[in-house]
Amino acid sequence: MGTFVNDKMMKPVYIAGDNIVNSLGFSTIEVIQNVESGRTGFQKYNERSLTPAPLPLSLVNTSLLTERFSGVLSNRHPEMHEKEFTRLEKMFIVSIDDALKETERDIYGGNSLLIISSTKGNIDLLEKGESEFPDPDRIYLWKMANMIGSFFRFANRPVVVSNACISGIVALSTAARMIDAGLYDHIVVAGGDLLSEFVISGFLSFQALSHEPCRPFDIARNGLSLGEGCGTLILSSILKKSTAITVSGSAITNDANHISGPSLTGEELAMAIMKSLNEAALHPDDIDFVSAHGTATLYNDEMESKAIEIAGLRKVPVNSFKGYWGHTLGAAGVIESVATIRSMESNLLFRSAGFDELGVPIQLNVVRKNTRTQVKNCLKTASGFGGCNAAMVFHKV
Amino acid sequence: MAETCYITHWNIIRKHAVIQNDKVEPINEIFVNFAAYIKALYKKEKISYPKFYKMDNLSKLGFLGAEMLFKDISFFERCRKEDIGIMIMNSSSSLDTDLLYNETIKDKSNYYPSPSVFVYTLPNILIGEICIRHKIKGENAFFVSDLFEPAKVIEFVNLLLDKDRAQACLCGWVEVIKDNFESALFLVEKEKTIKEYLKRNEYPCFNVENLTQLYQNN
Repeated sequence: MGTFVNDKMMKPVYIAGDNIVNSLGFSTIEVIQNVESGRTGFQKYNERSLTPAPLPLSLVNTSLLTERFSGVLSNRHPEMHEKEFTRLEKMFIVSIDDALKETERDIYGGNSLLIISSTKGNIDLLEKGESEFPDPDRIYLWKMANMIGSFFRFANRPVVVSNACISGIVALSTAARMIDAGLYDHIVVAGGDLLSEFVISGFLSFQALSHEPCRPFDIARNGLSLGEGCGTLILSSILKKSTAITVSGSAITNDANHISGPSLTGEELAMAIMKSLNEAALHPDDIDFVSAHGTATLYNDEMESKAIEIAGLRKVPVNSFKGYWGHTLGAAGVIESVATIRSMESNLLFRSAGFDELGVPIQLNVVRKNTRTQVKNCLKTASGFGGCNAAMVFHKV
Repeated sequence: MAETCYITHWNIIRKHAVIQNDKVEPINEIFVNFAAYIKALYKKEKISYPKFYKMDNLSKLGFLGAEMLFKDISFFERCRKEDIGIMIMNSSSSLDTDLLYNETIKDKSNYYPSPSVFVYTLPNILIGEICIRHKIKGENAFFVSDLFEPAKVIEFVNLLLDKDRAQACLCGWVEVIKDNFESALFLVEKEKTIKEYLKRNEYPCFNVENLTQLYQNN
């Protein structure tokens, strides 16, 4: 399993901190402990203000979120009031604040940047009147991002990525490339989206939602489950955690086929995977684990299985974290990358929740039970509306 | 270190003028609304692409800008479709269509959410539309920012052109919110791929000064 060196290799871009906020908890440790013990975060909801039909959803606990947020607020900005922030901004701030605890030094200066990834941002403001929230302009993603950036006193204005369901990987890829190009030393990447009637009714109109918690790659899968949350990853050329992990390659492609249906062949996702492996100077044999997009729609999982085969990764253990907390849209790429990195840190592959019997045309090696094994190199993939695909390689130094 | 790149073609669509490379064409018709404006421009350009009518306003505008920019040029002969990147920015993301979609779910007694509207509540669908039309399969990224900032555009595009992630990049700004709109698209190519054309043409270098000048030209 020799590695080779090429002129595309990136200089080390380390993971320096991380967080997950979702239905399973408010820190990476809490969420992953729940995953390890096989807990999932879905509950059936039927409130008309949220969903037009009864659905399993993975929601962040509002009273716990408020409690966590109040703690951060009184610590960082005692002069401000909780009512000045939207629900999603609270999630972002709680997530970023927790991730920053792992970095011991100030990373808010001119050599640092905040990148926000979100598909719909404060979309719930459309449904609210001005009496409910004082600043309706925070529907603009860049205004929301500026609010979060100034909360933490970042010197540079934040960058916002909005690229459908690959947003999180595009944000991480942009960050890694910026550090590689020497533009910044530290970049905080935070991805977040919330669930409201807007998003739920839209996916329902597509008939893309499962009435039971989603079952990625399973024969009985019949659609995706939606989730909300926020994930943060801090990338740095200098700072690292005790287990040094780097982003060593990434690539994005487009199917050029259909705006809402995946490629029939999977060739374009495979192309993104192969390009990212090439940048990381790794062979398919070097990859120990694939954290797939795995939405559990019929066509996505089928397409992904084909792409994984074309890229030469058919035998590599693969899972989808969406069986635990659903599709978190603009947060998915970041949250699932954090979970993947936790697999690398603890040398533990997590069972693909909801999976029982293989239901894709390619014989994938879907992870059936939590498995202790050496996890050195991992691949994260994502695909989304607009025909976009993304792949990213993480490497344990 | 970024390679020397040139802006080989550009197209700007505004209420009062359409700019195609060096040519400025004033729009003399009285502006009624965006829908009428964009339809008139589509007809004037004699484009035949029935899917155009299914697109939302943001996609219509950016699609038409790209269509005009790519018209009658030899670009696709010198660049593989996998090597073309697209980077587009705007201020209001897909808010124009978000408002439209929200109308379909606001009234519970008149509830008609439709997938053909909902899919356009993502700004990068515009990139998808351009990719489908021209079979472009390379890097994509959609960023949201308050203003068209040449320095930011260059920073983001260089990330795609570095290390041969892409050989050329369609980039710029496409913004629509109700009747306010602007599209400014630029095709950036590397010196090494356009060497023979450089002898016959003078292209502006891809830098802040030139991008600012081309954008402000009206």
